[in-house]
Amino acid sequence: MDPAAYLLHRLHFAFTITFHYLFPQLTMGLAPLIVVLQTLALLRKDALYGEAARFWAKVFGLNFVLGVVTGIPMEFQFGTNWSRFSRLTGGVIGQPLVMEGVFSFFLESAFLGLFLFGEKRLGPRLHWLSGVLVALGSWLSGYFIVAANAWMQHPVAYARLPDGSFQVTSFLGVLLNPWAVLEYVHTMSGAVITGSFAMAALGAFYLLSDSHRGHAVLFVRLGVIAGLIASVLQVFPTGDLHAKYLARHQPVTTAAMEGLFHSEVGAPLVLLGQPDPEKGTIENPIVVNDLLSFLIYGTTRAEVKGLDAYPKEDWPDNIPLLYFAYHIMAGLGTLFVALMAVCVFLLFRGRLYESRPALWALMLAFPFPYIANTAGWLTAELGRQPWVVHGLLRTKDGYSNLVSSGSIWFTLLGYMGMYTVLGLSFVLLVQRQILEGPSPHRPAQASAAARAA
Amino acid sequence: MQTLWFVLVAFMLTAYVVLDGFDLGAGAIHLLVGRTDAERRTVLRSIGPVWDGNEVWLIAAGGTLYFAFPALYASSFSGFYLPLNIVLWLLMLRAVGIEFRMHIGSPVWHGFFDGAFSLSSALLPVFFGAALGNVVRGVPLRPDGTFFAPLWTDFRVGTDNGILDWFTVLCGVLALVALMVHGSAWVAYKTEGTVQLRARKIASSLFAPLLLLAASVLSAALRVRPHLLDNYTRHRLGGALVPAAAAVSFAALWFFSRRRKDRAAFLASCSFLVSLLAGVALALYPRVLPASTADAYSLTIYNTASGDYSLRYGVYWWSFGMLVAIAYFVLVYRMFRGKVRLDPGDHGY
Repeated sequence: MDPAAYLLHRLHFAFTITFHYLFPQLTMGLAPLIVVLQTLALLRKDALYGEAARFWAKVFGLNFVLGVVTGIPMEFQFGTNWSRFSRLTGGVIGQPLVMEGVFSFFLESAFLGLFLFGEKRLGPRLHWLSGVLVALGSWLSGYFIVAANAWMQHPVAYARLPDGSFQVTSFLGVLLNPWAVLEYVHTMSGAVITGSFAMAALGAFYLLSDSHRGHAVLFVRLGVIAGLIASVLQVFPTGDLHAKYLARHQPVTTAAMEGLFHSEVGAPLVLLGQPDPEKGTIENPIVVNDLLSFLIYGTTRAEVKGLDAYPKEDWPDNIPLLYFAYHIMAGLGTLFVALMAVCVFLLFRGRLYESRPALWALMLAFPFPYIANTAGWLTAELGRQPWVVHGLLRTKDGYSNLVSSGSIWFTLLGYMGMYTVLGLSFVLLVQRQILEGPSPHRPAQASAAARAA
Repeated sequence: MQTLWFVLVAFMLTAYVVLDGFDLGAGAIHLLVGRTDAERRTVLRSIGPVWDGNEVWLIAAGGTLYFAFPALYASSFSGFYLPLNIVLWLLMLRAVGIEFRMHIGSPVWHGFFDGAFSLSSALLPVFFGAALGNVVRGVPLRPDGTFFAPLWTDFRVGTDNGILDWFTVLCGVLALVALMVHGSAWVAYKTEGTVQLRARKIASSLFAPLLLLAASVLSAALRVRPHLLDNYTRHRLGGALVPAAAAVSFAALWFFSRRRKDRAAFLASCSFLVSLLAGVALALYPRVLPASTADAYSLTIYNTASGDYSLRYGVYWWSFGMLVAIAYFVLVYRMFRGKVRLDPGDHGY
């Protein structure tokens, strides 16, 4: 094994997938909200909803392009950087990946053009339908990817051939992997959190800067209501069920996430503190006694196995990073519920639109769902280590061993440069759309158009 | 079963070349046929609503390869590591070129993205052609079916190949010219006025080079791989049909474009590309990645395929999904049928 190449291949995948997922989470999160706006536009015959839907569709379109562009390398990276993994698992993992292409990418790409540019041609009802189909495509796509990931976390419905490769024994078994269902609902509510926080934040920004008031009120209202629902679902039941399932099937991961080095009856929940894997302790801990046992097993006297119950070569290889990623995700998730609960309370008291502290908090909150979603995926992927397919194939046996570390450096730096430029252009273009705003009277654009003509 | 999946993957790749081929070709001639902003917008608009869907064929073909022939996917993608990543960057640049252009109404912004779009559209066919050239020529496979090829070595065809040598570069140029003709035929079919006239002119000036290149690639391929046409002598019917189809489509392409029947010329170009690719597929079968080291190391559909259950049941959902996908394509192309027009006040490309 070449340790440099091994690390670089992992970094390559981690970097490209992390950057990629900044975009699909907003795509999948905004899609249902745009459908809500479109539906309201159809039902209420108020121009406001149509303008709001059109505005968000533009942001969605840009975001979608970035998602597509950064997603293409993912489909190929399994082969370029993880060839030994691909050769062994293609018979299984390949299935959800083709399904994603065949069932959702064709759907999305066909209707996205109609959705973004075909409103006049289609009329309101068919245009609404194209929006629903694009949303459906993006949510289906999410399912297939999560199903692929879930098989790596919790392999089911497979057989091993004499040459070591894995084959599907039941198509439905792979698709309906219980892990996939749990991971999917948790992932999707996470995406809706990103989408609704972004919508609320923009509404708050407009209210605070005293522009586009009608639309801003709508964005804030829809954003905080959807945000509260998604934030609550994120913790309970989706997060709770997922954590229990994880504790049952990857107990060593749970122990590492929670920083539980020793098996304990009535295990405490560590709220804060720094794990030290060398000494096997948590430094400066703030804990709640017995809570971990209760959360996993429903009783405070249950025994939770610590890391010392497992051989060291099966421990996740970066325990501090895993521990912090998990705690950041869980901590932010809790704060999201609190923030949105306060905002919804103010909304129903009729004071939200005038409450400047709440609007400031909403506006500044929008980056945090991105952080929480990223930390959540870090938890899932670091927690599965040292396996690429849990219990079956170690990560160090999966990477492309013929690709030299120089080549990986070259492409990794290439992607970093490329993504910096893409990210900056994206911010520039979105910023222009935000300044232009959703209002029908657009003097700035009209004069630009006049100049161009 | 492996043969069926070989045909299905070949079908998807062919569909990709025919569909994305015209928007790549249109991109490659973008700066030549469109001089003013309105003309360039016309070109972009002729492919704008469909290019993304066309490109999905590549993604779906890549996925299908992964699913049906994992060992081939793993070996070729890691072996072609550098060129494949460059192709991915070009695909990104191209997508951004076409999608970001419309957002800012400045001549510099437009000029930059027109250039980026056109350059990447022209380079991609060269890489795709070179990739196909590598598959025809063979790569230095090891006994375990893996390899790693540098971008180039000494540009000679031997056992110590780089990705680019004189043969694969020639294939790349052929691909570029073929797709430029294809793209010009599309633009001529979808536009009117000056843009249409220029597109027709580009197409007709490229016919002779295309024929010359195709003939020289064929004779070069026979030198590089003397047994290339074994399948043609073995299966006489297919062996006669494919070259005949290629010749007839090329003649039809020539004939219709002289008669200014743009739609028929475009369809003839489609059929020309299909017959070229079918010719390559027939020549290769059952190999999917021949070895330049020793033929025994060649990857074939048999030593790279997934297990039987996967392949057998895959056919059902795959066919269902593809039928639905084809229905979307018919719908979208019908929605955007007819000549492209720029209406004042439109947003979009």
